[in-house]
Amino acid sequence: MTQTLYSRTRSPEIEKEIAGGGGGAAMRVIVPLQGVVQGRGGLVLGSIIPCALFYFLQFYLKRNRKDTDDQNNSNSSGQNPNPRSSSYGKLSELPGLTRSLSRGLPSPRSLRGPVFVSGRVRGIVKDSDSPYYVGLRRAKEDPYDELSNPNGVIQLGLAENKLSLDLVKHWLADNAEQAILRNGKELSISQIVPYQPFDGSMEFKVAVAGFMSQVMEKAVSFNPSQVVLTAGATPAIEILSFCLADAGNAFLVPTPYYPGFDRDIKWRTGVEIIHVPCRSTDNFNLSIAALDQAFDQAKKRGLKVRGIVISNPSNPVGNLISRGTLYSLLDFAREKNIHIISNELLAGSTHGNEEFVSMAELLDPDDSDRKRVHIVYGLSKDLSLPGFWVGVIYSYNEEVLAAAKRLARFSSISAPTQCLLVSMLSDAKFVQTLITINRERLQSMYAQFVAGLKKLGVECIKSSGGFYCWADMSGLIRSYNKKGELELWDKLLNIAKVNVTPGSSCHCIEPGWFRFCVTTLTEKDIPVVMDRIQKVSETSKLNR
Amino acid sequence: MVAMSKIATGNGHGENSPYFDGWKAYETNPFHPTDRPDGVIQMGLAENQLCFNFIKKWVVKHPEASLCSAQGVNKFKETALFQDYHGMPEFRQSVAKFMGKVRGDRVKFDPDRIVMSGGATGAHEMVAFCLADPGEAFLVPTPYYPGFDRDLRWRTGVELVPVVCESSNDFKITTNALETAYEKAKEANLRVKGLLITNPSNPLGTILDRETLKGIIEFINEKNIHLIGDEIYAATVFMEPEFVSISEILEEVECNRDLIHIVYSLSKDMGFPGFRVGIVYSYNDAVVSCARKMSSFGLVSTQTQHLIASMLSDDDFVDNFIMESKERLFRRHKYFTWSLSQVGIGSLKSNAGLFIWMDLRKLLKEKTFEAEMDLWQVIINEVKLNVSPGSSFHCNEPGWFRVCFANMDDQTMEVALLRIRTFMLEHNKAMVPRKLCSRSSLKLSFSRRQDDFMSQSIMSPHSPLPQSPLVQART
Repeated sequence: MTQTLYSRTRSPEIEKEIAGGGGGAAMRVIVPLQGVVQGRGGLVLGSIIPCALFYFLQFYLKRNRKDTDDQNNSNSSGQNPNPRSSSYGKLSELPGLTRSLSRGLPSPRSLRGPVFVSGRVRGIVKDSDSPYYVGLRRAKEDPYDELSNPNGVIQLGLAENKLSLDLVKHWLADNAEQAILRNGKELSISQIVPYQPFDGSMEFKVAVAGFMSQVMEKAVSFNPSQVVLTAGATPAIEILSFCLADAGNAFLVPTPYYPGFDRDIKWRTGVEIIHVPCRSTDNFNLSIAALDQAFDQAKKRGLKVRGIVISNPSNPVGNLISRGTLYSLLDFAREKNIHIISNELLAGSTHGNEEFVSMAELLDPDDSDRKRVHIVYGLSKDLSLPGFWVGVIYSYNEEVLAAAKRLARFSSISAPTQCLLVSMLSDAKFVQTLITINRERLQSMYAQFVAGLKKLGVECIKSSGGFYCWADMSGLIRSYNKKGELELWDKLLNIAKVNVTPGSSCHCIEPGWFRFCVTTLTEKDIPVVMDRIQKVSETSKLNR
Repeated sequence: MVAMSKIATGNGHGENSPYFDGWKAYETNPFHPTDRPDGVIQMGLAENQLCFNFIKKWVVKHPEASLCSAQGVNKFKETALFQDYHGMPEFRQSVAKFMGKVRGDRVKFDPDRIVMSGGATGAHEMVAFCLADPGEAFLVPTPYYPGFDRDLRWRTGVELVPVVCESSNDFKITTNALETAYEKAKEANLRVKGLLITNPSNPLGTILDRETLKGIIEFINEKNIHLIGDEIYAATVFMEPEFVSISEILEEVECNRDLIHIVYSLSKDMGFPGFRVGIVYSYNDAVVSCARKMSSFGLVSTQTQHLIASMLSDDDFVDNFIMESKERLFRRHKYFTWSLSQVGIGSLKSNAGLFIWMDLRKLLKEKTFEAEMDLWQVIINEVKLNVSPGSSFHCNEPGWFRVCFANMDDQTMEVALLRIRTFMLEHNKAMVPRKLCSRSSLKLSFSRRQDDFMSQSIMSPHSPLPQSPLVQART
């Protein structure tokens, strides 16, 4: 995918999104060179050569720079009429040309020297342009609605579970008073307003541990004192990454994987991800041989592997890891003396006949391997409450728990939300009903979706969990590579107006696979989706 | 055994600082008026509990704001599903409006520049991640909040270089001090990326005047470094002079706005620390964009966003709240400092914050930090008050202590004061207070002390004679 620094065709909102990233590519060149200019490379190397390069670069870019100043949307406060920030990567603002403040320039903003931010800001440009995020933005800007916007973009790229939200709403309507009031009429504001333990109240931990156990059909019981609560699964994964690996170390992660891992595991931690490719011939199941191979390759590259991150049920494929494979994983981790992070966020969202087995089930109380296992969970999928931001780190390792507890202060869950959910999760009957009905609806939607795609000649991997169909659309792509896949993705988004996630965003090694989320729809939307896809699939077949 | 990271096993969490030792003492033996009357009173936590009942009334009166009420449940579906890291528009708008109100509506804030974070703690860390790379540094005037050592450094790898402020000029931030610190950083081969100021100051409780702020803006522009303004105590300014925000100064002097970032939160001004609402407000588009994506690591629950949006959109409530809060803080501060002065304990003259910067220099056996620690041990173990020693705030002079006064009810306050008086009398370090001389017993009734105080007609600038009873807050 080509990155453009400036684009007239993007909407203002997208402009805003890539605001800082626009200069990212340029900054990546300029900043290291600045270091040299600042004298770290001696007189010739340090001054003359870089200066010459700068002047040539400036000359070149001035010729090619589009006039975007009047295009800038003003993000700034109402009283500031100035154009947008110079840190936008205005390439003419090279270090040697800083103007002094005393000149009283009419629009000071655009004429200052460059502003130095961190590498993380500069790195952000990559993410903004990835199809995963572009698709999400488009769907947000032009959302489909059966009545008010029938031509809008249908969102199949965001794993929202709308199937059983009505159940949760009804529970609230019936139990509202009790949810936040305690002991009769007394409002427990004194419990929700002051400082709380940063890793969640014990009451809430008890409720969450009980919920997890119910979700996993009581195959295992979870100890509340081994629970650390975080504001969503996103910080849970990041916190574990910070705890288990140093910057420059690596985790092995089977592909295809959830695109957000690139942010959660790598971004601020500096930890690397080593891909462990899974293939369609294996039904995208994880093979220990592939794991071994990846570990050896990491070693050759000089990367120290600190752990494996598995998702079970997996995202995007939706398969469950078998008990045998889980045991093999434990053996592998023991042999290499590394950790296992088991992301079980979708544990309650199984819909097939296969049995879900949590990593926790395999561990005996006196098993020393327990210390290497850490489970991530959350309420955004199984309980359909993504907006409430509730994530869980469950570990058997006291040191990890102690460290995670301290780090949770940067990502604590809002107290009123904890309060509300304690009531909800403690209602075992409601929880059971919710889990059962959710599964039934998921199974139904999944089956209909797969059948619909099959009619179009698109096969899906057989899966038993998660919210997705992992569909093989390689028959519809022009060239069997990432470019071909992204062309099809683009057609689906802009012509069919359906946002799906291309396999390349998930680092799938085989092109042509797409992830469709089935839980954001109602049953009557399915024919609409299929019709739209059909248009694109027909033209794609004709063009081949 | 399987190893963990350096971050996990190191001391970056900062909990070995004496700041937290006192907390541990409190946690093992917390004061309770009936169950544990000899327990340690927590005066080391800057929590604003004075306006609980005010907020409680509003929440009870507006059940639709809470989602979990028959009236509010209609909003439930869209709220529960809303996972956009931009945050709910009404939340951002109401926070922007509130921030403006707190600054007397002298400036307007753009809701699109508001980025959420996990409390002010998360906001600080996020700003550090955005502005500096590992090994780079921020300048921070001393004394400063001990949590900065953790929040700005732990996972970010950023260094902090102190800008030393002296008691001789009331700890003001001088350009000289800034320049010295900058040079020191240079000598240590540290690249300075920014300056972090806390205004109103924690632990001093003072605000920066216009001239100082202008000088700071000039300094950062000249060095081309960022300015991070932590203004989380903005609404706790209970007395003249009026609070001046960085955002106001920006309208008055020439400044590269890309260098300016404000950290805010509702934990102190509104007394909502449990809600975990942190805000990063940046004038730099690139930073806003990056911070927004980083906010995924500490988003505010939409249920809370919804509640706050409703509350802060209620103009009457907000105006009354701001006024009432200042009123209560003013009285509490006045009473506390007056009571201390009666036993010869002074403090830095302050007009903001939830604490005072208490001057116990003359109680030190010698002018050393060891002596300060000794005195502090005595205060924790004998007087049974958790106060925070100045050294944990990196104060360059021993003998100063931060004492919080807004996190307790009147009765607990009286117990604390009694203990202080008893201690001072026993140690004979202060001149004998005139009023106490004439009494045979040291057992003063609570109401009597209040009457003494009230009779001096101390008036708040915001209302006429104090009429309403002092607030009953939670212990």
